[in-house]
Amino acid sequence: MSDNNRVYNVLIVGVGGQGIILASDVLGRVAAAYGYDVKKNEIHGMAQRGGSVSSHVRFGKTVSSPIIRVGEADVLLSFEQLETVRYFPFLSEKGKVILNDQKILPPAVFTGKQEYPTDVIEKIKAKVPDTVVVDGNSVAQKIGNPRVVNVIFLGILSKYLDIPVEVYEKVLKESLKPKLVDINLKAFHEGRSLAS
Amino acid sequence: MKQLLSGNEGIARGAYEYGVRLASAYPGTPSTEIMEYVGERYPEIKAGWAPNEKVALEVAAGAAYGGARAMACMKHVGLNVAADPFMTLSYTGVNGGLVIVVCDDPEMHSSQNEQDTRNFAKFGKVPCLEPSDSQEAKDLVGEALKISEMFDTPVILRSSTRVSHSMSLVETQDRAEGPKELGLKKDPMKFVMLPAMARKRHPVVEQRQKDVASFADTFSHNRIIMNDDSLGIIAAGIAFQYAREALPNASFLKLGMSWPLPENLIREFASKVKRLVVIEELDPIIEDAVKLMGIKVEGKELTGLCGELSPEKVEIALMGSSKAKSIGPIDMELPLRPPNMCPGCPHRATFTALKKNKVYVAGDIGCYTLGALPPVGMLDNCLCMGAGIGIAAGLDRSLGELAKGKAVAVIGDSTFFHSGMTPLLELAYNGGSTTVVIMDNRTTAMTGAQPNPGMGFTLRNDPTISADIEKIAGAFGFKRIRTVSPYNVKETEDTIREELQADEPSLIIARAPCALLKTDRILSDKPLRIKADVCKGCKSCINTGCPALEFVKIDEPAEGDKRKGYSRINEALCVGCRTCQEVCKFDAIEEAS
Repeated sequence: MSDNNRVYNVLIVGVGGQGIILASDVLGRVAAAYGYDVKKNEIHGMAQRGGSVSSHVRFGKTVSSPIIRVGEADVLLSFEQLETVRYFPFLSEKGKVILNDQKILPPAVFTGKQEYPTDVIEKIKAKVPDTVVVDGNSVAQKIGNPRVVNVIFLGILSKYLDIPVEVYEKVLKESLKPKLVDINLKAFHEGRSLAS
Repeated sequence: MKQLLSGNEGIARGAYEYGVRLASAYPGTPSTEIMEYVGERYPEIKAGWAPNEKVALEVAAGAAYGGARAMACMKHVGLNVAADPFMTLSYTGVNGGLVIVVCDDPEMHSSQNEQDTRNFAKFGKVPCLEPSDSQEAKDLVGEALKISEMFDTPVILRSSTRVSHSMSLVETQDRAEGPKELGLKKDPMKFVMLPAMARKRHPVVEQRQKDVASFADTFSHNRIIMNDDSLGIIAAGIAFQYAREALPNASFLKLGMSWPLPENLIREFASKVKRLVVIEELDPIIEDAVKLMGIKVEGKELTGLCGELSPEKVEIALMGSSKAKSIGPIDMELPLRPPNMCPGCPHRATFTALKKNKVYVAGDIGCYTLGALPPVGMLDNCLCMGAGIGIAAGLDRSLGELAKGKAVAVIGDSTFFHSGMTPLLELAYNGGSTTVVIMDNRTTAMTGAQPNPGMGFTLRNDPTISADIEKIAGAFGFKRIRTVSPYNVKETEDTIREELQADEPSLIIARAPCALLKTDRILSDKPLRIKADVCKGCKSCINTGCPALEFVKIDEPAEGDKRKGYSRINEALCVGCRTCQEVCKFDAIEEAS
């Protein structure tokens, strides 16, 4: 653990129902288990499902604000193409983007009133050339459970943070139902291999 | 070991550790989870959902009168509903500690206004404590109960969305019971607020306010943190954390109690710093009080009155710019992603039937408020919980023929029990021809499916009564009461039409469980599909606004195909409610194989 007062800022975004809150809960617990001070906040709109969701995770020696400043995110982990663009200004000049290659159509698009932009990934890569783009749904299908997409991306994210892999493994084991541990650990390590 | 807890988990934990014997609440974002955690984790606490916040506070007051430590929880607008008991509880005082947890929602993430609860503390002359993280949320429940018992007053614990829904590390401890002797104690001079007694209590309230203000000067959660003396910031709650983040070198007067204010401490801090600024969200409660002390201070001219603050807003307000270097926006026209009724939502079916009747709809607060948004667009006003029935009655009676047969009130089941019964009684009593539709989805859906008195079970899943809406309306004197299944859109549409034509008040109960509920499920969960060649592209199904439907544009039509596009169903999202099938005039929708 680095002993300076650096605070890590991870912004996780997407659409309600994608497992964003769970992913950020696990990341928060991992950082705490490693000995960091942690603050985490999420805003999840009014509806149970389908709204834009963002979760802020911050950790370091001491953390005051639970929300990340615009321009302060070290990593923007996005589970949906458009949502990446919506929260893009939170990313710092040197920030990384990890993107799930998925489109979920907002109401104005599925009702035919507005188009879903076609060049989202190109525009993100124009700003952040080393953006990691992974089709999480396909990877999850390959692993054998469509619901592990969030843990695959937690695996990718872990490559960009300084917390040892054992801490993630320990927290995943503690926070999941026993029968789901193996498949999620597999998903986590698959994610790590995709990051490199 | 420290645990990572949300502010709401911290408050629930605080209730447990500091000996709360009874807790009562009505769900409301961002306060809901407090009572859910109490229900799940702390069987030592007698706990339950009340039909509304007024009742929740009265139940908690009863426990406190009997010497027990008690807690009532609500969102900011819930205190409006509970304002009547609140204002006079200040006069009677308590006995056992009483903490009223009120969670504000600056920025209105999930609320109809952003009123500042500290005004109620000032109005009711009741102390107000404000946590800035989860540890303080837990600790200040204990302090609130102590102050409540020490000064014989209810105490507000004011949280906000960013405190309630943020997680941070919390040190926990064991439970200790409250110090007061329990029992029924007669003391009419204190507890019976007849004018003669109340006149004696008012000076007690005024003296108490002074006593609490002196106590505030030495209260351990009001503390000075001296750094660079060129800038001194007074802040409480989440605003303190934002200011600390943005200006780590500044000096701080951190207030754990934001009403009444510690005058000596404020004077001491003001004398130590060159520039004094109050950073607070919403109203200038602290700033105005400091100005009344004759102290020069800046505040709202820097931070504004509307919306929530953030670290960068504070940084820009005081320093002119933010140190964080943003990569900047991506230039792109971005479709919004507003919340939406879920696939299979019974409200969508009811709104479809209302739309066919081309009515004006007076509504209120619940998932069905989302019926105001396009493409549904069928909710025409939303004022507060329970308001739609009275508003529809007022329109009906005052506009005569202009409104007759054209205005409907809608209300959910939980909202009906919360504050819809008295306006329904008014309708029966004063008459008119208003039609009310109770959209009974068998839960309190908007806040995450909490049980209500119509459901037959309690907070802790214990079996209980199931209040019968039809019988309630019948007992009120309603003669026209109809019950429909909203998914039978045609039948619902016809029923609404018939009741709109009636010359007396009528009630329609559109009953089907929330599509997210796993119990009492009537949905088939068998997805439908659209025969692309049969679909005429008329968008009747699309205009129900179901997220499982998609309009697919035809860019290069085949010879003779005049359609601009056709509809498609996302089978992964469809739960088979058949509302789209009911509105399709071309038999283009069938069960997917």
